[in-house]
Amino acid sequence: MSLIIDAEVIEHEQVGPDFYRLKLLAPEILKNAVPGQFVHVRVSQSLEPLLRRPISIHNVNREKGQLMLLYQVVGRGTAVLTRAKPGQSLNLLGPLGRGFTLPAESQKVVVVAGGIGVAPLIYLLQELALNSISAAVYLGARSKEYLLAVKEISSLGFTPFLATDDGSEGYHGPVTSMLEKDLAKQPVDIVYSCGPFPMLKSLAKILMNYNIPFEVSLEERMGCGVGACLSCACKIKSAGEAGYVYRHVCVDGPVFSGQEVAWDEA
Amino acid sequence: MKPKLAVNIGGINMKNPVTTASGTFGFGPEYASYIDLNRLGAIVVKGTTLKPRQGNPTPRIVETPAGILNAIGLQNPGVDYFIEKALPYLSNFDLPVIVNISGDTVADYAKLAAKLEQVEGVAGLEVNISCPNVKKGGLQFGSDPESAAEVVRAVKGSTNLPTIVKLSPNVTSIVKVAEKSAEAGADALSLINTLLGMAIDVKRCRPVLGNVMGGLSGPAVRPVAVRAVWQVYKEVELPIIGMGGIVTAEDALEFILAGASAVAVGTANFINPRATMEVLDGIEDYLIQYGYNDIKEIVGAAHRR
Repeated sequence: MSLIIDAEVIEHEQVGPDFYRLKLLAPEILKNAVPGQFVHVRVSQSLEPLLRRPISIHNVNREKGQLMLLYQVVGRGTAVLTRAKPGQSLNLLGPLGRGFTLPAESQKVVVVAGGIGVAPLIYLLQELALNSISAAVYLGARSKEYLLAVKEISSLGFTPFLATDDGSEGYHGPVTSMLEKDLAKQPVDIVYSCGPFPMLKSLAKILMNYNIPFEVSLEERMGCGVGACLSCACKIKSAGEAGYVYRHVCVDGPVFSGQEVAWDEA
Repeated sequence: MKPKLAVNIGGINMKNPVTTASGTFGFGPEYASYIDLNRLGAIVVKGTTLKPRQGNPTPRIVETPAGILNAIGLQNPGVDYFIEKALPYLSNFDLPVIVNISGDTVADYAKLAAKLEQVEGVAGLEVNISCPNVKKGGLQFGSDPESAAEVVRAVKGSTNLPTIVKLSPNVTSIVKVAEKSAEAGADALSLINTLLGMAIDVKRCRPVLGNVMGGLSGPAVRPVAVRAVWQVYKEVELPIIGMGGIVTAEDALEFILAGASAVAVGTANFINPRATMEVLDGIEDYLIQYGYNDIKEIVGAAHRR
């Protein structure tokens, strides 16, 4: 059940070049939330910018009823959002969308994050830690200062393998190449990922070669967040003439099985 | 005493004048966790075609100053799915269901009308001759008064259901299209559909929308829509459902005072799922505050100033 509420801003801080972390009091939304879901945030009381902004739930504090959002400033909406001050409230719709399917305890889990794609994966790692499920975490970004949430990952008991495109930290190259090398050495049962589409596409190619099931969180320009406007279409494989059908990130996702995404059509 | 809110739109009895703009409210369940659907005067569902439609490539939406441009391309699961899956859900509620229909050809509209005539639970049709996002049909019919009339005649010849014609603002004279639609037998008019527009991504040096052009909606279009209602009300004696950028009750009242008997909330649902309810409550408060007993007293009142 999704709700519309005014959530109080508890903390709001800049954590990287264009990145902000926002802590909100929203116990009602937390009650039904699962990793991978998002909230649709009204960034302004005025009609400019008009639309809400979908932001994935980064992590949660169930005892305190708090949820954390990690977001990148990409346009007008997120720029306005950076001005939200503690004590002020923000109107939220949520929790929205379909989240990750949690693995069984015995499964060998890999989590792959690219840039701001780490945002929903921290909540997933939180749940894995809570259920004593171990995971190998691969974190990639264009350079050192864009590697986000490294501390959070460590504090949850996971050791992230780091990769940067410019080699300023960790493995020099795409995070997917680092993973590919490791895949040859050890069996993996399931992979969870979120990141830029080209990264997910190259990950998909690798994992489908190895026949490893995977779940990905996708992004697309969104209007309503509840399945009414049909803006946030993404291509899902289908037997029909076109080879794909459109599904919607807001209600059919944002998490999709990697096998069902029509990667080559996008 | 509470003011009377009930209106009749070309034979459709609505308990209040607030409905939803097609394409902004899905088939109903999308917003059922935020509002009581029973409180809506009517629901106008997502545009329906004879066969399922995939819709346009992404991006399908882009924000503009106080508005949005959309190019969904009438993605919908087809009329048979609507009848089998969506309509039974809506029959659980006490509200007239108005089905928005679109076709590639005049015959498509007639077939859709005939199909929906057979089904229980459809209160009326909204004939979409004004969608700017499809290659065939759509705006093609709505931009020429004679073509519009041809579609209306075909629909009226295939059904006894009340027929509301949804007109486009992308024409030289919306009054002419309204007049021809009325002559052809339309029972009511919806004014207005989106305005054709486009946006360019200056960093990437190309159009933002996958379909290049799209339909502009939201508060930015309201003055254009109010003007259209004003002009058509003066010349055509058909009930009007006014829409275009309604966010608040005050916005809705502009349309009613310009001549709309009912209003539809569209883009505002995306930013505030409770917008329809706030508009409804605000209209009632206005009537009480200014001492009106019946919503009908203020329809077109700005013309009598």
